[in-house]
Amino acid sequence: MLVHTSLLNHTLHHKPAGVRSSPMQKYANPLRFTRLADKILPWSSAVAVAAFIGGLYLALAASPPDFQQGESVRLMYVHVPNAWLSTQTYMFIALLSAVSIIWKHPLADLGAKAAAPIGLIFTGLALITGSIWGKPMWGTWWVWDARLTSVLVLFFLYLGYMAIWRAIEDQQKASKVAAILALVGVVNIPIIKFSVEWWNTLHQPSSVFRAEGPAIDGSMLWPLLVMVLAFQAYFVTVLLWRMKAEIVERKLLALQYQEASE
Amino acid sequence: MNSFLTILKRDVRLAIRDGNTGGMAVAFFLIVVTLFPLGVGPELPILARISAGVIWAAALLSALLSLDGLFQADFEDGALDLFALSDPPLEYVVAAKAVAHWVVTGLPIIVAAPFLAILMNIPADGLWILILSMTIGTPGLSFIGAIGAALTVTLKQGGALVPILVLPLYIPILIFGVSAIDSAIFGGNPVPSLLILGAITLFAMGLAPFAAAAALRAALE
Amino acid sequence: MSKITWTTAIEVRNLACRRGGRPVFEGLSFNLSSCGALVLKGPNGCGKSSTLRLLAGLLSASAGGLYLNGSDNSAGTEELGTNCHFYGHLTGLKTAMTVLENITFWAELYGPAMAAAEACGRMGLQKLLHLPVRILSDGQRRRASFARLLVSDRPLWLLDEPSVGLDASSVERLDHLMADHRARGGMVIAASHLGLGLGDAQVIRLGGEAKAA
Repeated sequence: MLVHTSLLNHTLHHKPAGVRSSPMQKYANPLRFTRLADKILPWSSAVAVAAFIGGLYLALAASPPDFQQGESVRLMYVHVPNAWLSTQTYMFIALLSAVSIIWKHPLADLGAKAAAPIGLIFTGLALITGSIWGKPMWGTWWVWDARLTSVLVLFFLYLGYMAIWRAIEDQQKASKVAAILALVGVVNIPIIKFSVEWWNTLHQPSSVFRAEGPAIDGSMLWPLLVMVLAFQAYFVTVLLWRMKAEIVERKLLALQYQEASE
Repeated sequence: MNSFLTILKRDVRLAIRDGNTGGMAVAFFLIVVTLFPLGVGPELPILARISAGVIWAAALLSALLSLDGLFQADFEDGALDLFALSDPPLEYVVAAKAVAHWVVTGLPIIVAAPFLAILMNIPADGLWILILSMTIGTPGLSFIGAIGAALTVTLKQGGALVPILVLPLYIPILIFGVSAIDSAIFGGNPVPSLLILGAITLFAMGLAPFAAAAALRAALE
Repeated sequence: MSKITWTTAIEVRNLACRRGGRPVFEGLSFNLSSCGALVLKGPNGCGKSSTLRLLAGLLSASAGGLYLNGSDNSAGTEELGTNCHFYGHLTGLKTAMTVLENITFWAELYGPAMAAAEACGRMGLQKLLHLPVRILSDGQRRRASFARLLVSDRPLWLLDEPSVGLDASSVERLDHLMADHRARGGMVIAASHLGLGLGDAQVIRLGGEAKAA
């Protein structure tokens, strides 16, 4: 029963009076976190909805078709934000895992766990939209080029990370193991990417971030940036929802233990 | 029939709650298939040639993945004793558990197979036969696997032994599953292979409950 | 309270058990009639648990026979299997399922005679019905496991150290339930080195020569 009361203290209770909390620890208290999340959520969801509406209008109606790809270029406005967020979310998980290992911050575990399924969906959508987008160019739904293969491997890394959370029942132990896995994964990503690129390079070179500035035309860049904003706001919103749900779930478990011990 | 469904529902529910559901089998299936283009090279015609064999071989391995737990958990917590004394005979229990294994591994593998077909560049002619051959063949995997799982139920390192026992028994399913798809792709008639595949599965469904139940009774001694 | 009708008498003659080539016991004989109780006593390793598993048909006997209703034809211990409840050290409960789900499951496989919730209630588990077994204590798990015996009617109860891990009030509850079961015509065979509320039961001491006392 000891383990479980410590879990309770860890995630639910106020710190004992007199303990000064560092800025890092300030939001470790789930009540304070929930209050903060409730303040952010209306704004982030409003931004997400507005940016999706505006972005989709710009992407589907206001922007011009590509002179080479025609209308199918519009898939880019969904594909690119998904692809960006798939890696960004993994970096986010790795960062929180480092915070969790170094500062033992319980909310970092919570955030990393909550972010993983969102990242998995981003990665899956990036793969699917990419494959639809590529079909006219490649003549097939899938080619084994470096970029696609790397994203597929990222998809597997997400799956493994989520599986380890599910496999270990004691969530405190799971958080440590999952954090180590995330960091090992992030160290491996450049190696995987290098080896896969060495294995095969067929993909068109990255066209937004280049030393001489974006090669993409302004009429396409703006809709893209608005869509990226929409996806970012969506990420924040869903992440906070999931973290709140996770807190409620742990509270429920603690209550069940309490009920069983009476 | 009622107790059959009761056992089936319980095992599926446990698989979902314990987190070792189809998700795990499908992830494994995906990763194994991905290894082949990385190893063989990305040339699409070569991938199309080996696709059926690779996908079926990966399906065999994925079905193996969760087999060692099929009876072991029940053996370790005493539930197997209670199954042995329950109204439905142990053969019946084995059959229900094998079907549950198929629901949580075979079925998700079938659902994932079309995506892998795309990755492996299977021609459209082969896609439907792939799904059909997997639908016919994967129940056989679960039933034959149940025999291996029952034989190793008392062993702590059963996990390593199960593949050695079971994979040789899976060979006929692999051969006829692949030959059905290959004949569809390369202009032959897939029906004979599918019929043999169906016969193998039916044979496994008939034999496995008795063999596995006998092995379980011996394990309880 | 309905009667449990099955056999009026069990007779065991010269039962012997070998495990791994070694005799565990031999020459075990006893008679048990409806409403009767038998307690197996003896030190650890004398074969109490093996006897119960053997009677349930989970082990096979190396010699001896089992006779029902005074018949002279040996029935074989398999006959007892589907007429008994086996309650051992292992609970057979699934930790990922709730107490109610667990008991309902076994009720459906053993033939339900009482609502699972009521059976759990008799074991004092009313408040825990919907909690996953994972979070229960050992004693609570053993009580939940015992509820399985109440939920389906089987005339013979084979109990392996039933009072182990239970608190005083639960042991008392157990005594009442065993008395109820016998009042309905059921039989109880228990292996125990602790005192149970089976004061009137026959006692067999295992270890060395097994003889009915």
